[in-house]
Amino acid sequence: MSILFNSFSEWKNHIETHNVPVWQPVLEYEIEQKGRTENEIWLKLDQAYAVMKDAVKTGLEKDMTSISGMINNGAKKVRDCKVSVLGENFQKLLYYTLAAKELNSCMGRIVAAPTAGASGIMPGVLTTLSEIHPDIPKQKILEGMLVSAGIALIIEKRASISGAVGGCQAETGTAAAMGAGAIVYCLGGDLGQIFESVAITIMNMLGLICDPVAGLVEVPCVKRNASASVIAFASAQIALAGDSAVIPVDEVIDAMGEVGASMETQYKETALGGIANTPTAREIEKNVLVQVVEEVEEGEV
Amino acid sequence: MIGPVMIGPSSSHTGGVVRIGKVARMIFGEQPESASITFYNSFARTYEGHGSDRAIIAGLLGMNTDDERIKQAFDETQKAGMLYSMKAVMNASALHPNAIRVLMQKGEKKTEVLGISRGGGLISILEIDGFACNFSAQSKTMIITAHDVKGSIAFITNILASDDCNIATMTVNRSGKNDIAKLVIEMDSGLKPISLEYLKSLNWVIDVVYLENVEI
Ligand code: SF4
Repeated sequence: MSILFNSFSEWKNHIETHNVPVWQPVLEYEIEQKGRTENEIWLKLDQAYAVMKDAVKTGLEKDMTSISGMINNGAKKVRDCKVSVLGENFQKLLYYTLAAKELNSCMGRIVAAPTAGASGIMPGVLTTLSEIHPDIPKQKILEGMLVSAGIALIIEKRASISGAVGGCQAETGTAAAMGAGAIVYCLGGDLGQIFESVAITIMNMLGLICDPVAGLVEVPCVKRNASASVIAFASAQIALAGDSAVIPVDEVIDAMGEVGASMETQYKETALGGIANTPTAREIEKNVLVQVVEEVEEGEV
Repeated sequence: MIGPVMIGPSSSHTGGVVRIGKVARMIFGEQPESASITFYNSFARTYEGHGSDRAIIAGLLGMNTDDERIKQAFDETQKAGMLYSMKAVMNASALHPNAIRVLMQKGEKKTEVLGISRGGGLISILEIDGFACNFSAQSKTMIITAHDVKGSIAFITNILASDDCNIATMTVNRSGKNDIAKLVIEMDSGLKPISLEYLKSLNWVIDVVYLENVEI
């Protein structure tokens, strides 16, 4: 029997008593819960990783203008920018993440990780990581993706991974935590360090509301993906150094659940509050939303 | 948690919508010559921005949720020879926030399907030609339209049982007593082709549609 991913402490106990790799219980969970074979799971992960790498590439090659026009080739601008604020790798992390996420906004092929709204973060993190550390074998990255999946499973159970339920902290926050965990794993961090990186990431993204302009997953979503990737690396660096979040990861996730539950509905994907409620956002709405709509009487369809 | 692979921007506005279109087409049984699509409520205002209009067309053309042609679905309608029209309706409070109605036609043949997109690519089909139903197209599904004769349900479930076919859900809906009934049966495993043919050949059976699970 695999564990059910109700808590990080359960995951830790399982690893310590059975002396198996961190990703092993996630694999078992997928086999038991989804009825897939081990081979199928590795194959699916391999395909997902390939689609992620493609998304980054396509986002940098093809024209990335969204139907609304709000997204307009931002990744390429960052790539071509002559002023590098924090070095080449930092710049790369940003434009890789932006590229994958812009492709999502422009109806391209992506992997939901954990959702489509946050689909730039894992590709940005993993492609940058594998380029900076070419010695990490691909198999190790796939194992790291399993670790990420385990992290998201627990967050989903204890809090939420959806902006409509828990705000953006739940969506981009979870993706960043998945990214941080994968980085720490791939760079040889132990289980404790992986969990610390998750705790630090979620602490850093706590309280973030979901407020997409005109209800489209474009503004502020695309840029939030980029900064979430940065937070993933920051948290991984701190955790790998052996520093601690102080508050245990399960408690941090519960705090996120609490914040999400008390967040008002105008901050949960309804486009009624925050950035979506600014005068400029309201102007944009007039242009991008369907204007010819019939209204029906109560109840009638 | 990693996956599905899909066309953006959103699993409920693209993925789920493609699946509704695809299932509608499967229910229709062939490529429609024309489709009239109505987007309700939350979908009504954002369907263009989210590309749900392209997504529903893509589904009606038989594409999967990860098909890169979804973005160019409007161009693809010309190749397939399908005409289409779109309409937006707000405040349909009896319907789900993300509801879509599709009317498909070919010559005299007409079918109308109402579906909802529930997030994560999940859908429910709630109406076929005015008959209420509720299925997700995630398992094998059979839709039988038949004259409402006595004992017909028992007869059909017997055939399924003899095929070792476990029924997961079943809904029956009638339009008037002794008139026409629609049975929607979701099954855990598939039905033998010969049983399907047998069902179709019964004189009180008008039509049988058999759907394989439509992948998210
Ligand atoms: S603001 Fe909302 S829609 Fe945009 S990425 Fe965050 S959770 Fe998703």
